[in-house]
Amino acid sequence: MSEKETKNLLEVSHLKQYFPVSQGLHKVPLKAVDDISFAIRPGETLGLVGESGCGKTTVGRTLLRLYEPTAGKITFDGEVLFDSGEQYDENDKLIVDATGRPIYGKKVNKDMLPYRKEMQMVFQDPYSSLNPRMTVEDIIGEPLDVHKLYSSKAERRDKILSLMELVGLNAEHAMRYAHEFSGGQRQRIGIARALAVDPKFIVCDEAVSALDVSIQAQVVNMFEELQEKLGVAYLFIAHDLLVVHHISDRIAVMYLGRMMEIADADELNNNPMHPYTLSLLSAVPIPDPETARKSSRIVLEGDVPSPLHMPSGCPFRTRCKYATEQCAMEMPQLKDRGNGHFVACHNK
Amino acid sequence: MSEESKYLLEVNDLNTSFFTDAGEVKAVNGISFKLEPGKTLGIVGESGSGKSVSAYSIMQILAETGRVTGGEVKFRGENILNYSEKQMQKFRGEKISIIFQDPMTSLNPVFTVGYQLEEAVLLHTNKTKEEAKKRAIEMLTLVGVNEPESRVKQYPHELSGGMRQRVMIAMALCCEPDVLIADEPTTALDVTIQAQILELMQDLQKKLGMAIIMVTHDLGVIASMCDEIMVMYGGRVCERGTADDIFYRPAHEYTKGLLRSIPRHDNMNEKLVPIGGTPINLLNMPEGCAFCPRCDAAMKICLTEKPDEIQIGDGHTAACWMNIKEAFEAQEV
Amino acid sequence: MSNENLELKKRQILSSQVDLSKFNSKNFEKATDEEKAQQEVMGESTTFFKDGMRRLKKNPLAMGSIVVLALIIAIIIIAPIFVPYSYSDMITVNGVRDKSASNLGMFEYSNAEMKYMESTGESLFPHIFGTDSLGRDYFIRVIYGTRVSLSVGIVAAIMVLIIGLIYGSVSGYFGGKVDMIMMRIVDIIYSLPDMLIIILLSVVLKEVLASKIKGTALAALGPNMISMFFVFGLLYWVTMARLIRGQILTIKNSEYVLAARCIGTKDGRILRRHILPNCLSVIIITTALQVPSAIFTESYLSFLGLGVSAPLTSLGSLANDARGAMQSYPSRLVIPAVIICLIVLALNLLGDGLRDAFDSKLN
Repeated sequence: MSEKETKNLLEVSHLKQYFPVSQGLHKVPLKAVDDISFAIRPGETLGLVGESGCGKTTVGRTLLRLYEPTAGKITFDGEVLFDSGEQYDENDKLIVDATGRPIYGKKVNKDMLPYRKEMQMVFQDPYSSLNPRMTVEDIIGEPLDVHKLYSSKAERRDKILSLMELVGLNAEHAMRYAHEFSGGQRQRIGIARALAVDPKFIVCDEAVSALDVSIQAQVVNMFEELQEKLGVAYLFIAHDLLVVHHISDRIAVMYLGRMMEIADADELNNNPMHPYTLSLLSAVPIPDPETARKSSRIVLEGDVPSPLHMPSGCPFRTRCKYATEQCAMEMPQLKDRGNGHFVACHNK
Repeated sequence: MSEESKYLLEVNDLNTSFFTDAGEVKAVNGISFKLEPGKTLGIVGESGSGKSVSAYSIMQILAETGRVTGGEVKFRGENILNYSEKQMQKFRGEKISIIFQDPMTSLNPVFTVGYQLEEAVLLHTNKTKEEAKKRAIEMLTLVGVNEPESRVKQYPHELSGGMRQRVMIAMALCCEPDVLIADEPTTALDVTIQAQILELMQDLQKKLGMAIIMVTHDLGVIASMCDEIMVMYGGRVCERGTADDIFYRPAHEYTKGLLRSIPRHDNMNEKLVPIGGTPINLLNMPEGCAFCPRCDAAMKICLTEKPDEIQIGDGHTAACWMNIKEAFEAQEV
Repeated sequence: MSNENLELKKRQILSSQVDLSKFNSKNFEKATDEEKAQQEVMGESTTFFKDGMRRLKKNPLAMGSIVVLALIIAIIIIAPIFVPYSYSDMITVNGVRDKSASNLGMFEYSNAEMKYMESTGESLFPHIFGTDSLGRDYFIRVIYGTRVSLSVGIVAAIMVLIIGLIYGSVSGYFGGKVDMIMMRIVDIIYSLPDMLIIILLSVVLKEVLASKIKGTALAALGPNMISMFFVFGLLYWVTMARLIRGQILTIKNSEYVLAARCIGTKDGRILRRHILPNCLSVIIITTALQVPSAIFTESYLSFLGLGVSAPLTSLGSLANDARGAMQSYPSRLVIPAVIICLIVLALNLLGDGLRDAFDSKLN
């Protein structure tokens, strides 16, 4: 689009991630992520929320190319990392030839190794994301080894110790094994591992969800402090809307592999436009009895449909009280409603 | 008797330990509470606070290494800790039922939902198979499962997480127990489904009049549901009171810290104030107040002596030396 | 109710419950960070192995097995140094073959030996288990038999481990079509009757190998033994390979492997540093249980006459030799049989103990 776009650290457009699932003898694509686009600016936190199975974790992993994307384009720091070659016109319509097949442009599939230094990930489960047979020093030192970021043993050790200090771990514990630490400390080890390569962008995949309430705040604060210090950008994936609201500059809402709404964090909370966002926000249990008594929940009927049997058109229409015929016909596009508030809904 | 009958369930000075090869783990250290019929008690705490173990101790479904080492659990004036296993089997489900966090692991995957519900009915009543079947469908209708007639023929894995939790609730309630213990009933569920289940539990309580013990770590869940809240840390009760007491007039440093550390709508643009330190190690309990090593306001006395629960308002108690300090200073002035 | 009122009420309630006079202002001084830190001690650092060993030490059966095995191993190492007899040759008295020394009972001396002792006054080393029908000291034969049986077990287990480990890791880690093909090969091998193969192979190999191994150290073992190793190498690794593949399949999908891939770690390093160390408990346990099963196989093959070549012996062939004179000299059958039982039982109990101590799923 314009100037603003070129400043983005990460750009994702029309990203699709399908997984083949066998159903009897056939293989059916499970559309975990279906045609989503978004961008992250340097030093920004984009929150990504949605219910389980909405594809938010897949988005994070596909960005880091832990999965091979089915289609779409990923640009990082001005460099195209992946492009399946489909081309879109200025109205975001796929350019096709007379037979309806897309006309492909240049395909790109870069080797990720150099970019692993720029993009990192912090995982959900502090128990299963650290190798139980490795000491803290080796866990944090592994990225240094892989990318050969030191010239001597002493330098490696110094780097590890300063990383441990950065995330608030006692340097005396460098030789201990991960299972000796509590959940919060383990998550710090995971964060130190991600920071070891000095990345510009970190995917935090439910990074605080498994932690106790009182520890969650420690880790959330640490993420914020590290951002101030190092200027790193986050994609903060979580299902806890209050935490996401607290940490994020902007929030994106996903439902069944589709992007429903993106807006500034406060704007999204004060003025949610998509009916799904609305019910999601109202369902959050608020730790405040007064507000809880006053507010009325919009309780959504029914369950999330199986991603193998997606409804036609808008995936939310089966649970949406505003659904019309149009919703069953076509998936609404994300449209700007002003102030960078994008909504994908025909009715709202 | 007349006084006792006011309370359905009375727990006095309950102690539960696990005997592991690393030593004795004192999971619950002398908790007491009373529950009136039709009321909801919330037990809130972090992992290792002893909240779930308390619930399991009442039901006597502790893991092999666990044992209730002291105290009593009175149901309608009768200490059920003296019951034999056979008596307990009858007691569970009929008088007190429990639902768990993960409905998938508490339902048997090789039997249909209907069969499991019928079994629960047959076990506790003299109903015939036909009547049990009818009861199963009736219960599923009650908990809002659509098309109950066809659902009874399904296996647990064919249901979604929310549906499974509804089935669990139906199973727990099929014998109309007086108390329902809900151990983190919504933790494994999505927010929108969580809202459905909480709504359902409140509805059912209105309809059936059972008392609920809600065990959770989520302050949000507890804020809207409970008549009384008990905050636990390190196997002890820190503070108890109404939701308003706990949220607006917290009197224990741990409760205060907890409230400062969670994101709420009114502190979105401020930094959270976390509780420092690491969670308690039950094998290595501090001599004094369990929360003392992480407490910003810790005093000399906190290091050596465990505070008792002190009443500070109607039905509002806290076990924190800070309250004594305030009173002490006020007296000096 | 205003806040002040509340405060007042609170104080009143408080003073009625607590005797404030027993406190002094010192009690309410702020605690220092050090004092607080003292309350919080991080447990002793333990590694996975220390932790497992601690559990193992608490298992009396496993510890008893270790003692029994250690004793047996110590005896088979030390005894040949003290015992002046050879496993292969007839007893000699003063350099002359002692023809009267066959079929002696426990601690008996032959006539020639008695005479020799009487004449010279020095005492000869006793025949602890007596002698066999060819006049060889039976104790030393049992020692050598145990040596052979144990080493066969250990060597076979190591072979199985190496082949199974490599095959299983490759199959499990690369997955997909590679895994499919490799596992079908395993299925085929599973369906071959192993006894038949051993017998066939030893017949075939006897011819081929006999000339090739002549004069080498392998000749002492004999072609039967070598074909037995061949069979272990060819057939018995499949269980190990399947187990390791299964382990790797679960570990491969764990978050720490994903994290390693995210860092950019190469496949080989992921296998070496992340996956294999986490299979270690399964590997140790299966190997420990493989040893007794190999000893067993060796013993009954030797018993069938397909074992080591004479004069070398193993526990199985000792039992086989004793079969003919079972009624007159039952001890010659009982001794090797008891030792086989002891070793196999101890190793099995130890294997079970190791599983209980190291298998994370059971803890």
